Amino acid sequence: MARRAPSINTGSMADISFLLLSFFLMVSSINTEQGIPRRLPPPKDEKATEQKVDINRRNVLSVLVNFNDELLVNGEEIQISQLKDKAMEFLENPTNSSTLPEKKIKEINFLGDYPVSEGVISLTNDQSTSYDMYVQVQNELQKAVNELRDKVSSSYFGKKYDNLDTAFQNSIQKAVPMNISEAPPIDYNKTE
Amino acid sequence: MSRFRKGEKKELPEINTGSTSDIIFMFLFFFITITNMRDATLKVTYSPPKATEVQKLEKKSLVASIYVGAPVGKNENTLPPGKISVQLNDQTIKQEDLVADVRDFVGTEKESRNEEDKNKLTFSLKIDKSVQMRYVNIIKSELRKNNALKINYAAGKIAEPKKN
Repeated sequence: MARRAPSINTGSMADISFLLLSFFLMVSSINTEQGIPRRLPPPKDEKATEQKVDINRRNVLSVLVNFNDELLVNGEEIQISQLKDKAMEFLENPTNSSTLPEKKIKEINFLGDYPVSEGVISLTNDQSTSYDMYVQVQNELQKAVNELRDKVSSSYFGKKYDNLDTAFQNSIQKAVPMNISEAPPIDYNKTE
Repeated sequence: MSRFRKGEKKELPEINTGSTSDIIFMFLFFFITITNMRDATLKVTYSPPKATEVQKLEKKSLVASIYVGAPVGKNENTLPPGKISVQLNDQTIKQEDLVADVRDFVGTEKESRNEEDKNKLTFSLKIDKSVQMRYVNIIKSELRKNNALKINYAAGKIAEPKKN
């Protein structure tokens, strides 16, 4: 006759799992990776000589950040809060003014023929510029592009850019490209 | 016999606590899945700049982090003028090794991913907001030279200021 095995006391199981739970809560972190994504230009080809690309002056918005975190946009000193509007005006060129970048008609999926701006934002910073300022500038430029994309998106699809499908997003990315070119930094107060 | 029964009737029946541990285990698994382990012990402190246009990175496993900030301990390697350390993996690096170490870091991080993930690897620059651009530029140019082109400027999210 087999005896029934005595039941094991499971009262402390809860304590053990609580211990495990609090351990995992302590060593893990919920915070997700977030930030401003960028793509660096491909590395310079050693053999190829530096190609001088002729870019029309009207197609360039030069953004300079100096060692005092001050902004100079096309020779004009402005505040960081004005940068977004400046960049938007530059990239959009709503009045087809002859001082702002020219547009090239391109055929884009879903959008048909769309005048794509040829504008390039050239960003130069000083070696002593603070990283904070640099990110702020990048942020403002990104904001300008995002707002333009939203604008195009709502006029063509009636939705915000973020809510579109990837295929539509891609065509809008082609319509409103993000062209930031980073010039080699200058060093105003060289310490060496 | 009758004495035994009498005593039992007076007590309240015990609540079955056997399932408490199941509930807690459920919590445990929930937390294990939604969180991720801190991969490196930080030897620098950094407070990232705040921005409005931040995006979340898709896959945590395809992110390699480079930390730049103030050193925590006294014996960490620093860059001149002495208040900034660069941390790769688990240690801060010496100034003269900066370029070589970043190169090695890119190499080993790429090596540890399989072929198709190599180009999706994002290097997240977790840099304190007070750091001067000269160090950022060194790291960036080294990343570029080594074909690590997807980068991310880590930034905290702030709500958009009111529209005028």
